[in-house]
Amino acid sequence: MLLIHCPYCEEGRPELEFRHAGEAHIARPENMAELSDEDFERFFFIRSNPKGIVYERWRHIHGCARFFNAARDTVSDRFLTTYKAGEPKPDLDGEGK
Amino acid sequence: MADAIARTGALEGRFLNDEGITLVRAEPATRLLLRAPETALKPLSKALGLDLPQRPKASVSGGKRAALWLGPDEWLVIDENGGDLMEDCASVSAFHSAVDVSHRNTAVLVSGPRVEAVLNAGCPQDLSLDVFPVGACSRTVFGKAEVILWRTERDAFRVECWRSFSDYVFMLLEAASRDR
Ligand SMILES: [Zn+2]
Repeated sequence: MLLIHCPYCEEGRPELEFRHAGEAHIARPENMAELSDEDFERFFFIRSNPKGIVYERWRHIHGCARFFNAARDTVSDRFLTTYKAGEPKPDLDGEGK
Repeated sequence: MADAIARTGALEGRFLNDEGITLVRAEPATRLLLRAPETALKPLSKALGLDLPQRPKASVSGGKRAALWLGPDEWLVIDENGGDLMEDCASVSAFHSAVDVSHRNTAVLVSGPRVEAVLNAGCPQDLSLDVFPVGACSRTVFGKAEVILWRTERDAFRVECWRSFSDYVFMLLEAASRDR
């Protein structure tokens, strides 16, 4: 069983308590109605999906219920760090390699 | 002539006592799901007569009333004396949300020297005493059901679950109890 560190519960908790919630740090456009179809597609559908480190939203749905962010390596499936929602993206070597 | 309608509570009559483990249905209680920002904690604590805990997994209890930390702005308040928790919160003007879940939830009291092993049959959390001490509480999973665990004594837990899941939770507890 994978243990995921919840930044709100401040401890590693079993993965069964969590739910993945898509890529993190995607800013919602403020001028949504004015976007071209191509720009809307880019915002809404296109995800970076790199091999290596990804930044993701996770939710501790069967725990404290909070959304938070995580940096995870898609090759090793290892969580490198987790941090509270709203905190800046951590600087990690190897991002998007 | 209309037939009398019998009202049967969730888990009514269910009981198990096996070697080192006892499962008992908890008595009906008043329950509140409380959500509040930090600014409302003082007046809410005063109205409820409990200091709402602000640390992960922390609970406070006094008499027959307890507040369990579920998240940074969420608590489960349980009153086993039939106290009106909604009425207590109604006097607080600070912004908050209080939902009466007395009838949505029910609870199983699980106790005995084998309590950790029986709960770990369905719950993947570390329930050892140093990580989950007496008084600790947590929302988590038990098999396929979401539950709230609260360690009331060294060898005793209260397992809160939705009443519609209570048959499943009780049967899984029974199966785990017989598996040794
Ligand atoms: Zn959490």
